Amino acid sequence: MTRFDSLLESVGGTPLIGLPRLSPSPDVRIWAKLEDRNPTGSIKDRPALKMIEQAEKDGTLRPGATILEPTSGNTGISLAMAAKLKGYRIVCVMPENTSEERRQLLRMWGAEIVSSPAAGGSNEAVRVAKKIAGEHPDWVMLYQYGNEANALSHEEGTGPELLADLPEITHFVAGLGTTGTLMGVSRFFRKTKPDVRIVAAEPRYGELVYGLRNLDEGFVPELYDATLIDSRFSVGPRDAVRRVRELLELEGIFAGISTGAILHAALGQAAKAVKAGEKADIAFVVADGGWKYLSTGAYEGTVDEAEDRLDGQLWA
Amino acid sequence: MAIEVRIPTILRTYTDGAKAVEAEGATLTALIDDLEGNHPGIKERLIDNGDLRRFVNVYINDEDVRFIGGLDAELADGDQVVVLPAVAGG
Repeated sequence: MTRFDSLLESVGGTPLIGLPRLSPSPDVRIWAKLEDRNPTGSIKDRPALKMIEQAEKDGTLRPGATILEPTSGNTGISLAMAAKLKGYRIVCVMPENTSEERRQLLRMWGAEIVSSPAAGGSNEAVRVAKKIAGEHPDWVMLYQYGNEANALSHEEGTGPELLADLPEITHFVAGLGTTGTLMGVSRFFRKTKPDVRIVAAEPRYGELVYGLRNLDEGFVPELYDATLIDSRFSVGPRDAVRRVRELLELEGIFAGISTGAILHAALGQAAKAVKAGEKADIAFVVADGGWKYLSTGAYEGTVDEAEDRLDGQLWA
Repeated sequence: MAIEVRIPTILRTYTDGAKAVEAEGATLTALIDDLEGNHPGIKERLIDNGDLRRFVNVYINDEDVRFIGGLDAELADGDQVVVLPAVAGG
């Protein structure tokens, strides 16, 4: 379907693209789900719209309301687009070590931005947002980390799309942030094709981001259910940058840095399948395009230089 | 058998500020016991009631140990262990 009554109607239905050069053999194939083809250019359009619709349905979100959300960028941008079209005010709490492009886009879509300290990364954004929510009980915090509509958007959308386009799918690989993508897609496959292995790629940032005052300040999203995941990998900026460049060099796809981390985990699964002599069809998520991260310096110079520039930044 | 263990900022009070230390052990449990011998107090920060603490993540060669046997996860010479506090993404 290529005609829609409004932009909001066009969320999802993204293409699945074969990667003949990155796939190790005809028996072990890698497929990219291009989530940058969503209206604001990221996978977050799916959960953002679903969370808003759900909140409208259950009456928590009423005309003229103010939405509040802790976000490292993409979810805020998606919510701001939907809020603009639907007439809500939106306030985003965002760590200060996120790229300038994300801030500019948020402002263009009309979001007000509250900055949270760089040290502690998104943990701090969550903490600050919860504090603000306490001061403004009439504001609506959709809270992507604990909102079931986040995972549901993938259980009802991303998962079924993957199965329809790739019935032979053996692995699904996605980034682990709110955990919504992995939880939702896993729930779908556990019901329809339980052999599909669900693999998480978690970005590993520089030390600044893990600068908690004590371990009790750690954070595991309320949505996270470890039984829905089969393996989980931590991927640092060096591997993420290397892979995101390979993706463009070999397959022509210009993706955001977190997608490099996801591809790294997908290639790891592919190598395992080759070694075991098994057939595999591995689908992974291209979470967004690279446009919003050009200013980070990840796409220029040597991998060493890019790695240095990303230190301390929230690159995923 | 030498295994490099990377220590997060928050636990470096136990390693005299060292970002990485060497330890030995055929399993994660054995490795943490060995760490405790040289850096007393660190074990209690990693383990609670015989299990990894909720906000502590441990990776062997970048793979989360909770999916490869937890404290029983096996280690080999040259492996790299990374300890990190759990943080939010998104």
